[in-house]
Amino acid sequence: MLRLEGLSKVYGTGDRALTDVSFTVEPGQVVGLIGPSGAGKSTLIRCINRLVEPSAGKISLGDLDITQLSRGGLRQARRRIGMIFQEYALVERLTVMENVLSGRLGYVGFWRSFFRKFPPESVENAYRLLDRVGLSAHVNKRADALSGGQRQRVGIARALEQDPDLLLIDEPTASLDPKTSRQIMRLIIEICDERGLPAIINIHDVALAQQFVQRIIGLQGGKVVFDGSPDELDADVLTRIYGEEDWSATIRKVDEDAEGTEDSAEEIAAALDRERLAGLT
Amino acid sequence: MAPVMTDTSSEQVTSGPVWRKRTTKQELALWLGWLVLAAFFIFCWQIMTKTTIWAFVYDAPRQALDIGSRMVPPRWEYLPNLLEPLWDTIAIATLGTLLALFMAVPVAFLAARNTTPSTRFIRPVALLIIVSSRSINSLIWALLLVAIIGPGVMAGIVAIAFRSIGFVAKLLYEAIEEIDATQVEAVSATGASKAQIMDYAVVPQILPAFAGITVFRWDINIRESTVLGLVGAGGLGLRLQESLNVLAWPQVTIIFILILITVLVSEWVSAKVRHAII
Amino acid sequence: MTTATAPAFPTTWSRPPFIKRAWLRWTLYLGALLYMVLAVGSVEVNWMRVWEGLDRGLRFIQGFLLPDFTSRWEDILIGMEESLTMAVTSTVAGVAISVPIGIGAARNIAPLPVYAVCRAIIALSRSFQEIIIAILFVAMFGFGPFAGFLTLSFATIGFLAKLLAEDIEDIDESQAEAVRATGAGWWQIVTYAIQPQVMPRLIGLSLYRLDINFRESAVIGIVGAGGVGATLNTAMDRYEYDSAAAILILIILIVMAAEYSSGYVRKWLQ
Ligand SMILES: Nc1ncnc2c1ncn2[C@@H]1O[C@H](COP(=O)(O)OP(=O)(O)O)[C@@H](O)[C@H]1O
Ligand SMILES: [Mg+2]
Repeated sequence: MLRLEGLSKVYGTGDRALTDVSFTVEPGQVVGLIGPSGAGKSTLIRCINRLVEPSAGKISLGDLDITQLSRGGLRQARRRIGMIFQEYALVERLTVMENVLSGRLGYVGFWRSFFRKFPPESVENAYRLLDRVGLSAHVNKRADALSGGQRQRVGIARALEQDPDLLLIDEPTASLDPKTSRQIMRLIIEICDERGLPAIINIHDVALAQQFVQRIIGLQGGKVVFDGSPDELDADVLTRIYGEEDWSATIRKVDEDAEGTEDSAEEIAAALDRERLAGLT
Repeated sequence: MAPVMTDTSSEQVTSGPVWRKRTTKQELALWLGWLVLAAFFIFCWQIMTKTTIWAFVYDAPRQALDIGSRMVPPRWEYLPNLLEPLWDTIAIATLGTLLALFMAVPVAFLAARNTTPSTRFIRPVALLIIVSSRSINSLIWALLLVAIIGPGVMAGIVAIAFRSIGFVAKLLYEAIEEIDATQVEAVSATGASKAQIMDYAVVPQILPAFAGITVFRWDINIRESTVLGLVGAGGLGLRLQESLNVLAWPQVTIIFILILITVLVSEWVSAKVRHAII
Repeated sequence: MTTATAPAFPTTWSRPPFIKRAWLRWTLYLGALLYMVLAVGSVEVNWMRVWEGLDRGLRFIQGFLLPDFTSRWEDILIGMEESLTMAVTSTVAGVAISVPIGIGAARNIAPLPVYAVCRAIIALSRSFQEIIIAILFVAMFGFGPFAGFLTLSFATIGFLAKLLAEDIEDIDESQAEAVRATGAGWWQIVTYAIQPQVMPRLIGLSLYRLDINFRESAVIGIVGAGGVGATLNTAMDRYEYDSAAAILILIILIVMAAEYSSGYVRKWLQ
């Protein structure tokens, strides 16, 4: 269980990115974090594993107060938190397998990792995960030889290789085409369900969030302005989050493709494109 | 874009409107700049040629012909005497480059903004090491080192190393500053230690640049080590110095040819290797 | 998750080697190792001499901490004057000659015979160290900075003309085409299409070469081609390490100033 209490962040430049953010993520719950660009979504996620140092507030994962940890303690806590990035953030010049195995770095000593001699169960697990995300054929390829969707799958496998208690996912689909976006989102949701893994997913694409997550938190100007289930997202709420706009097309979409499968992905992609053009992104 | 034309062209291209590249004011400033440059050149020239003995200069073509005629035919029998110095020259360049790498890599990490432990205190020291090493030619380093540790290949190796530190460290720290920070973040987010982050996120990103820089510098060092012998630091230059001292021009020719071949081969090798890496 | 029907996954993995063919890989490794052993073995070191030298090294470091600018100030001044003026004049002359040669060495605008000649000049200039050229020029033109000026001008050609030629070969063809389409002649293409594209970089490279020429001018004095190198050589011969250190410090300071100001000029030009 993840609990944020009064989390605030002011950057060195004076930018107030987060103001008094509090919420709790229950075990196994997948939370979608939506909000306009600059709302503080990335900052929020990065505060949780302290890639960004929070200015005030408390973050606890289970019984552990993350904000109070020393360097060593923080490293131990980071092992339990998997992270997936918008631009994949794979190490481009390493192989797919090395990228996945880097998820175990917190658990092995320097020399073992230097010689790429990871414990057998870690290697086995990495192979299993790559199989799960459909990349068995690309184990020895360099990461920069993969397509965007494949790279994000490696990113997912790397996060899962950590065997995390929590996933932090920052705009996993923002660099992908609409079809691949949905495939990746579905994969993430399936995996979270399989493992009962709680997750926070930043999405700026409302329709995508509505379709896939059980709970949505809306962020605006660094403050939480909505916290509820996807069906509660109406024009009023969206206006509160994003500002004045014609939301009918977005809201209608929700029931339209509840059954979205890989086959109809093309149509959905087209629908999503229309939506993007409507000015959501 | 329409072709731009200055008014000097208007006599040739009369058809159609004439575009002016610069305003009159800018043009004036430009001419003034050229004038200042010319005046400065003449001023420097005057000072430089203060002590020049022009009789020697006028005599130069005759001297050149004289030397040229003495340089041919080359003395091919001398070639075997050059094999050991050639080996030494290559050893100086190679070992000197390797020695430089050991010192340049830490300096580069201390100089790069994103890896230095302290921008205030340590970075300036690293930058000072870099500029000092770069400012002083390897021949001068050799001059110093021959005086300190005595003549020989060892002085050459250290001289090459000292000169190369700044070169390698400068290019390397620029490469380090350009690495993608999100890759580093991603690896640190897994709970990796500092050393592991280095190994998994930083090193892979700079390795191609590092290899390229090394080979590039090795190529330059081959050139430079051909002449270090002139001040006593071993290699082909040693034989060059001996031959010049006794005015044995046919031997000098052979040495020049050998240097030329060595340089061309090293350039070819370095181009090949760089191509294979990138 | 791991059921009996799940496929078995490997438990080991090793990184694919950089060189795939095993025999080639091992040949290269062993060859490199063998070379290293032989090369290191061939270095003869007179450790006694090195040991004695440590004392001198120490004195040199002392010289750096307490450089002596005064005792040889006259000589240093003359040497510096020669070095700086040599650097400036040779850069100006070198750039002036490099421009036509660089144009001639660009395959996309020069006819083949001209191209071959220009490339040969560049190759000759690049293959020999400044110091070798200086030896020849000193033999022809006598001792002093004039030989140094010629040396550095010649070296500048190899450096600048090559880069200039590469720049011209890389230029945006569409602009040259646009000019050609107006029926312009060869000369007009050079001035209107090529010059604007390569000029900024040419200025930057010239400044960089000025810096190199100054550094080189401190070296060629060793063989009698003028400049502060001669002063340095004398100081070293007389074991005046504090004076030598003073000269080196001056060189470093001037190079630093040059680098700083050329960065400034380049920014200002853009
Ligand atoms: N490294 C940083 N330094 C200073 N300000 C930042 C930094 N990162 C983000 N900000 C500011 O914080 C605010 C929130 O940014 P971010 O968390 O990236 O928003 P989002 O991910 O929702 O687009 C923005 O106003 C942004 O300008
Ligand atoms: Mg963001």
